[in-house]
Amino acid sequence: MNTMDVESKVLTLFLEVAPDVDAGQLERAAPFRDQFDFDSMDTLNFAIALNREFAIEIPETDYRHLASLKQAVNYVRNAISGTAAHNASSSLPATRSP
Amino acid sequence: MAVEFLMPSLGPDMESGTLVEWRVKPGDVVKRGNVIALVETSKGVIDVEVFTDGTVLKLLVEPGTTVPVGAPLAELSGTATEAPPRSEGPAATPAPAAAALHAETREAAHPVRPGFKASPAARAKALALGIALEGLTGSGPDGAITLDDVARQAASVTAPPTLRDVVAKAMSRSKREIPHYYLSLTCDFTASQAWLERHNAAASVVERILPAALFVAAVAKAARALPGFNGYYGDRGFTQAEAVHVGMAIALRGGRLVAPALLDADRKTAPTLMAELRDLTARVRSGHMRGSEMSQATITVTSLGEEGVDVVLPVIHPPQVAIVGVGSIVVRPWVVGGVVSAAPVVTLSLAADHRVTDGRTGARFLAHIRDALQTPETL
Repeated sequence: MNTMDVESKVLTLFLEVAPDVDAGQLERAAPFRDQFDFDSMDTLNFAIALNREFAIEIPETDYRHLASLKQAVNYVRNAISGTAAHNASSSLPATRSP
Repeated sequence: MAVEFLMPSLGPDMESGTLVEWRVKPGDVVKRGNVIALVETSKGVIDVEVFTDGTVLKLLVEPGTTVPVGAPLAELSGTATEAPPRSEGPAATPAPAAAALHAETREAAHPVRPGFKASPAARAKALALGIALEGLTGSGPDGAITLDDVARQAASVTAPPTLRDVVAKAMSRSKREIPHYYLSLTCDFTASQAWLERHNAAASVVERILPAALFVAAVAKAARALPGFNGYYGDRGFTQAEAVHVGMAIALRGGRLVAPALLDADRKTAPTLMAELRDLTARVRSGHMRGSEMSQATITVTSLGEEGVDVVLPVIHPPQVAIVGVGSIVVRPWVVGGVVSAAPVVTLSLAADHRVTDGRTGARFLAHIRDALQTPETL
């Protein structure tokens, strides 16, 4: 699955979680929270959707890496390319709590 | 025996609704709780359930039609004559949870009352449009209601108020009528947080629990244990509700707010409440609220923790008598046994109706919630 496929699937899942959002307004790198008042319930539903679609485990401590479309696509791509979720997330700039 | 299925009242300030879609057709067999129609109100499109078993005989209203609360929408065969949320206030003792909430719209169920001054043309038009003549001001001779008066009313009900109007009306009424008192209590959240982390680390993503579910569970148990916080205040004073339906204030994108209920929350565990809360939030945000959830909350919880506030001083949703606010879960210095350490804490607040309870009872209520949060495994 290439990056574009992943991105379009992740976007579709995001819009399922937040059907009241105008996809045209979405800024790829901006946090969902800032753009659309995304809260912890939305984040959880988004994680559930990604888990179901891509069969990846997403620990609660990795939710921070799903904050924007760009981050979520990177996270999913790393996770399905055979890298464990832990490695995928620690390769991202954000730091993990111990 | 044929019974009428009426436009339900889906909130204390709903006056009319627009039928969006029928989910049944004549001849269909329905069971209590089935969603049979979608109705648009100022709160969005709501799934409306039927409150009796029976067979659909006739659909009386076309999709796209706006009718007042209490107007017949369909004829069903069955035995129940009244949907629970619209039950006769004075007759039902003890009053069902939502009786007081709907008492003020009850009149609308009788579009034409004998002996009412109205021209025959006005009566016919009112009947055809399902408009209640009571409450209309007649401009004809001796204050008789004329065809024009009915037409004016019909025009006004086709423009339902916005959700902002509904909130404005309810909150103004609350601040006008309810003598609020406010208490707050900062609680150690260490035990709850540890339990949540343990549970969530072991659970698959669909089984994970957010703190909100623990707060709802703890409030529901306190509402069951201590009288005076769970129910409605109406013309005849306070009525304690038998069931505990916890309204959860949910923000919709775009700054709108609704508070649908988690039904029978006192009899459910935190994991069950979490699943329901997740489902409810997703449905509310995608416009699939159910009528029974919109009209039946007996107490409300509002959490603004994610917005970073320390304390919420909430406004009671009339005719309820209490609302619990939840602030942010933050790490603060906390003293246990004379030793200062860093601990996650949360400030709970209570706004309650002073006509029903006083500060001492309110303090016990908050302490009950605090204590419940110390043993999250029992929630």
